[in-house]
Amino acid sequence: MEPHYQHLYEILANAQGYIFPNEIDLQWGILIVVYPFITGLVAGAFILASLERVFKVKILKPTYQIALLTALSFLLVATMPLISHLSQPQRAYEIMITPHSSSAMAIFGFVYLWYLMVVLLLEIWFDYRHSMVVWSNEKKGVMKWVYKILTLGVSDISPRTVKWDRKLGYIITVVGIPSAFILHGYVGFIFGSIKANPWWSTPLMPIIFLFSAMVSGISLVMLVYMVISHIRKKVIDVNVLDAIGKYLFFVLILDFTLEGLDQIQRIYEAEESFEIIKLLVSGKLYLTLFVAQGLVGTIIPLITLAFLQFYKHKIKLRKTMYFIVSILVLIGVYSMRWNVVIGGQLFSKSFSGFTSFKVGLIGLDGTLMAAFWLVLPIGILAFLLWLLPPWKMVEEEE
Amino acid sequence: MSQSTSAMGNEKIKSSRRKFLKSAATLAGATIGYSWLKSSQVLLFAAEPKDESLPWYGIVIDIEKCIGCGSCAKACKKENDVPIEPFFFRTWIEQYTVKNDGSVNIVSPNGGIDGFEQTVPDEDIFKSFFVPKMCNHCSKSPCIQVCPVGATYDSPEGVVLIDEKYCIGCRYCVQACPYGCRFIHPVKKVANKCTLCYHRLKKNLTPACMEVCPTGARMYGNLRDKNSELVKFLKEHTTQVLRPNLNTGAKLYYNALSSEVR
Repeated sequence: MEPHYQHLYEILANAQGYIFPNEIDLQWGILIVVYPFITGLVAGAFILASLERVFKVKILKPTYQIALLTALSFLLVATMPLISHLSQPQRAYEIMITPHSSSAMAIFGFVYLWYLMVVLLLEIWFDYRHSMVVWSNEKKGVMKWVYKILTLGVSDISPRTVKWDRKLGYIITVVGIPSAFILHGYVGFIFGSIKANPWWSTPLMPIIFLFSAMVSGISLVMLVYMVISHIRKKVIDVNVLDAIGKYLFFVLILDFTLEGLDQIQRIYEAEESFEIIKLLVSGKLYLTLFVAQGLVGTIIPLITLAFLQFYKHKIKLRKTMYFIVSILVLIGVYSMRWNVVIGGQLFSKSFSGFTSFKVGLIGLDGTLMAAFWLVLPIGILAFLLWLLPPWKMVEEEE
Repeated sequence: MSQSTSAMGNEKIKSSRRKFLKSAATLAGATIGYSWLKSSQVLLFAAEPKDESLPWYGIVIDIEKCIGCGSCAKACKKENDVPIEPFFFRTWIEQYTVKNDGSVNIVSPNGGIDGFEQTVPDEDIFKSFFVPKMCNHCSKSPCIQVCPVGATYDSPEGVVLIDEKYCIGCRYCVQACPYGCRFIHPVKKVANKCTLCYHRLKKNLTPACMEVCPTGARMYGNLRDKNSELVKFLKEHTTQVLRPNLNTGAKLYYNALSSEVR
C-alpha cells in the first residue's frame, strides 16, 4: 500500500464523530501555515520602518535599514511555500497570466509584485543609491562592478540628486504603508472570505491578520537588531529597544482586543457551528490556542511589556526581557497562523466530527521543508546585510 | 473698485470651474468603477443561464425513496474512474440515526458503497434514514468563485465542471465547498468532483448514479422546462436545499430533508 494511503487509513481510523469522506486528508498543511507567517513578518517589518521614515521617529533610525532588508529577505521567499504546496506547481504562472477576477487568491501575484517591485526594491534602491555609488568608487575588482550594476548606472551624487532620492524614497514609503496594510489584510481575506468555513469566515479576519502581522514584524526587527548588534560586538541601544517595545506593546493590545472581540462575538452569537468550534478550541487546539498563542504569545509578553513601560529595570535585565518577549511573540503569532490554517480544517463541514493532522518530517509538505523556508530568509538577510551594510552607509545631512 | 469686482468675479468663475471639474471627475470615476465591477463581477458572483435553447439542470433526491444500497456511489466510481480508496467520492450516502435521547449518529462507511449495518439497537432508535450526497451544482458556487485561474466553471447547462489541464492544484475550491464534494485526485493531482456525468448527458444518457438507482430516488431535469418531471416534482413536494443560509444557489433539492442533515 502506498504510504500516503496508509497515512490516510490511520487518520480514518482515528476520526472522531462524522466527517465527510473527502475531508479525511487535510488540504493545506504546514506550508500554508508558514506562508501567512512570512508575509506577516514582511508587512510588520515594513510598517516599523515606515514609522521612522514617515512619522520621523528618530530613535528608530538604527533599525530602519535592518527592517527594510528583513522585509525584503522574507518577501523574496514568501511565494515559495505557496508554489511548493501546489499539486501542479509547473502551472503556477497561470495565476498571473489568466487570473480569475472573482478569486481572492488570483490577486496575490499582483499584490506581491507591486509590493516587491514598486515598494520595497525601489525604496531600498533610493535609500542605498548614494552609498552604492560611493562604494563602487572605493571597492576594487568584482565588488566594484556589483555596486556599479546595483546603481543601475545612476552615479550622480550631487546634493540636488541625493535630495531627490530622499524625496522619492519618502513618497514610496507613504505609498508603501497602505501597500503593506493591503498585502497582509489581503492574506487575511483569503481565509476570511470562505463562507463554508465558520472558523475562518469573519469580516475581522483581514484586520486580525494585519495586526498580528505588525506584532510579529516588530518583534522580528527587535530580535534581528539585538542579534546583529551582538554579532558586530556593538552595544545594543536600550533606548531603541524601549521605543520598539512601546510600539509592540500598543499594537499587541490592539491585536489582543480584536481577537478577543472576535471570539466574544462568536460565543455570544453561538451560530450553528458553535458546538463544534467549542469542541475544537477546548480539544485539538487547546495547546496551540490557549497555551502557545494566548498565554505564551500574548498574555506573558503583554504583562512584561506593561511592566517595562512603568518600571525601568536595570539595562541588562531590560535587554534580556525584550529578547525573550520578541521570541515569545513570534511563537505566539506562528501559533495563531497554525490555529487558523490547521484549526480551520480539523473539524468537518458537517459540524459533526473531527479529522486529525500529523505533519510529516520529510517531503515537499513536511516540517523540514517548512523549516527550510523559514531559515532561508535569514540566510538572505545575512547576505543582504553583508552586501548593503547599513552601518557603512554614507551619512546624509538632514 | 472696479478692479476688485472683476477680481471677485474671476474667483467665482474659478471656484465654479473647480466644482465642475470635481463633479465631472467623480462621475467619470464612478462610471469606470461601476462598469469594471459589472463586467468582471468581482464582488457579486452568480452564474446565469445564457443560452435559452439549452436546458438548465437541477437535481432532486428523494430521501423517502433511498434504501442505502450504495449502488449509486459504486456506479459513480466505476463510470468516472474515481480511485477505490475510501477517501475520494463524487457521491456518497450517509446514514442518519436519531436516537430516542435526541442524539444523532451519522455514518458513511466507505461512502456507503458496501451498504449499511445498523449498529444502534432497535429500541433506542427514534428514526433512521439515508441521505445521498453529491455536488449541488450551485448557480452561485463558492468553488467557482474562488478558483484563482478559472479552471472550474459553469457549463452553459449549469453543470459545474473542472478543466483538468488547467487546474493548478491550489485546493482553494476544496476549502470553499461547504458540502465536502471536492477532492484532489491522487493520480491526476488536480481537483475532482461530480460532473453530473456530463459526458453521458451529452449523449442523452442518464448520469450513472441515477441509471443504477433501484428506487428512482435520484432524478435530474431541466429547471427551465415547466413541464419537465423535475419541475413537476418540485411543484408537488416540499423540497429544501442544503445549507440555504450560505446562499450558494444550490440546484440539488432534497425531498423530506430532516433538520439533522448538513
